[in-house]
Formats: sequence, C-alpha cells, structure tokens
Amino acid sequence: MSKIIELFENFFTGVVPLEGYIAVSLIMFFAGIYGFLTRKNLLMLLISVELILNAADLNFAAFNRYLFPERYEGMFFVLFTIAISACEAAVAIAIIINIYRNMTNIDVESIENLEEPKETYREIIKS
Amino acid sequence: MAEHIIFYTLALVIAVFSVLTVTTTKIIRSATFLLFVLLGVAGMFLLLNYHYLFAVQIAVYAGGVMVLFIFGILLTHRPGEKIAKVPFKRRFSALSVSLVGIAFCASIIFYNINRVYKFVSNSELAMQDIGETLMGTEKFQYLLPFEAISILLLACIVGGIMIGRKRS
Repeated sequence: MSKIIELFENFFTGVVPLEGYIAVSLIMFFAGIYGFLTRKNLLMLLISVELILNAADLNFAAFNRYLFPERYEGMFFVLFTIAISACEAAVAIAIIINIYRNMTNIDVESIENLEEPKETYREIIKS
Repeated sequence: MAEHIIFYTLALVIAVFSVLTVTTTKIIRSATFLLFVLLGVAGMFLLLNYHYLFAVQIAVYAGGVMVLFIFGILLTHRPGEKIAKVPFKRRFSALSVSLVGIAFCASIIFYNINRVYKFVSNSELAMQDIGETLMGTEKFQYLLPFEAISILLLACIVGGIMIGRKRS
C-alpha cells in the first residue's frame, strides 16, 4: 500500500519509471493475446501477432535503456526482431492471399480440411 | 515534466488503440488502429533516445508492413463487409485468460522491480557506434545475425513470389 502512495507522490518527478514502459507493453501484449484467441480472420490473427511483437520490442528497448545504458544488446535485438517480423508478415500475407484464391474466404474454420497439392514442387518449378 | 506528459499521452494512445484494434468489427479500421499503435511505439523509442529505432520503426512498420496489411485486406475482402460476431463463450474465455495474465504479470512487475535502475537521459547513440557494432565480428558485435537476416530476407522474397504467384 505504501508503495502505491509512493508511486503517486513521485508521479511527475525524476525520470519516467521503468514500470510505466512495462505496463504499456503488458497491455499491448495481452490485447494481442485476446485478439489472437477471439478473432477468426487470418489477417486479424496476423495483426494480433504484430501487437505482441511490438510489445516485446518496447520491453527490449526499455530494459536496455534503464538497466544497461552503456550496452547495445536490446537495441540490436529490436532491430533484428523488426526485420524478422516484416519477413513473417510478407510470407504470411502471400499465404493468406493464396488461401483466399482457393477457398474464397480466409476464416480459420474454412481451412481445416487442407490437402496436399496435386502437382509437386518440381513441376511447379518446371512450369 | 514535459517528458512525463508525453509519456503518459503516448501510453494512453497505445493502450486505447491496442484494445480497439482487437475489438473493432471492421478489419480495415482495425489495421488503422494498429498503425496508431505502431506510431505510438515509435514515439516511445524516441522518448528512450533510440533515434535509429524510431526511424526503423516508422520506415519498416508504419511504411512497409502497414502497406502490406492494407493490400492484403483489400485483396481478400469485399468492401463494407463486417467480421462475424464472436460467440460469447469464446470471448469470455479469451477475456478471462488475458485478464488473469495481466493481473499475474502486473503483480510480478509491481513487487519485483525495485528502483535501482539508472537512466542516462542525454546519451543518444552515435550513428558510427551503431554501424561499427552492426558490422564487426568481435564480441558484442553483430555481423553474423546481420548476414543471417539478409539470407532470411532473400528467402522471404523468393518464398513470397513462389507462394503468391498465379498457378498456370
């Protein structure tokens, strides 16, 4: 209880507390979890994943700045995470557009009966 | 003081729009709210003095990934179409999972992070340091992950074309 009072007394003094950044990323993370569990559209699942990844990025940057300000590890992890999530989004959207072409909608229920394509990848490359 | 006001404004924007992103019924609106969240995170990076990360976040996320999302939405949706209503049971279970998670993590954060951290506010990273750290091969330098990312990007381009192209 005393800690809460102390937190409000120091609300506008000193630097912004580390807890502030972590609380923001916590809300983002669990909003992403909620969206991932409730939404049925594949693109919405992808948007939720982007929210989760951004929460992780914010945590990396805040921890690096507050705990080890003379090091660069957190910052470079954020850089590589952004690059990987851009890759992931590109490939996932290509897959989603392909699913839409075959099934005409992109709900998660509609793709439970996947089957092997008739042509093998060797034939795809040859064509 | 000014830093605090900016931080709490950005925090409010991020919190409200990240909740709206996963609860709104139109998908294009949801992508727009995601864009606001990404811009808010970019502002947070600026507030933490990571100017390079700010630029990367704006260029890659707000520029690249959002355009991909909007193209994906426009290619897979008839305009004005609403998302089907989620059944109450599923929404309730997801809501309880995320609320329990928030409570658990918040209690851990509240009782375990004490104020021993230091914050050097006026130390912006020099661009030269970033370049040397990214391109070196010694300890705490990142040439190998950089090259791995470049291979991954190449594989991603090839895979995206392979998957998304039209079958003849």
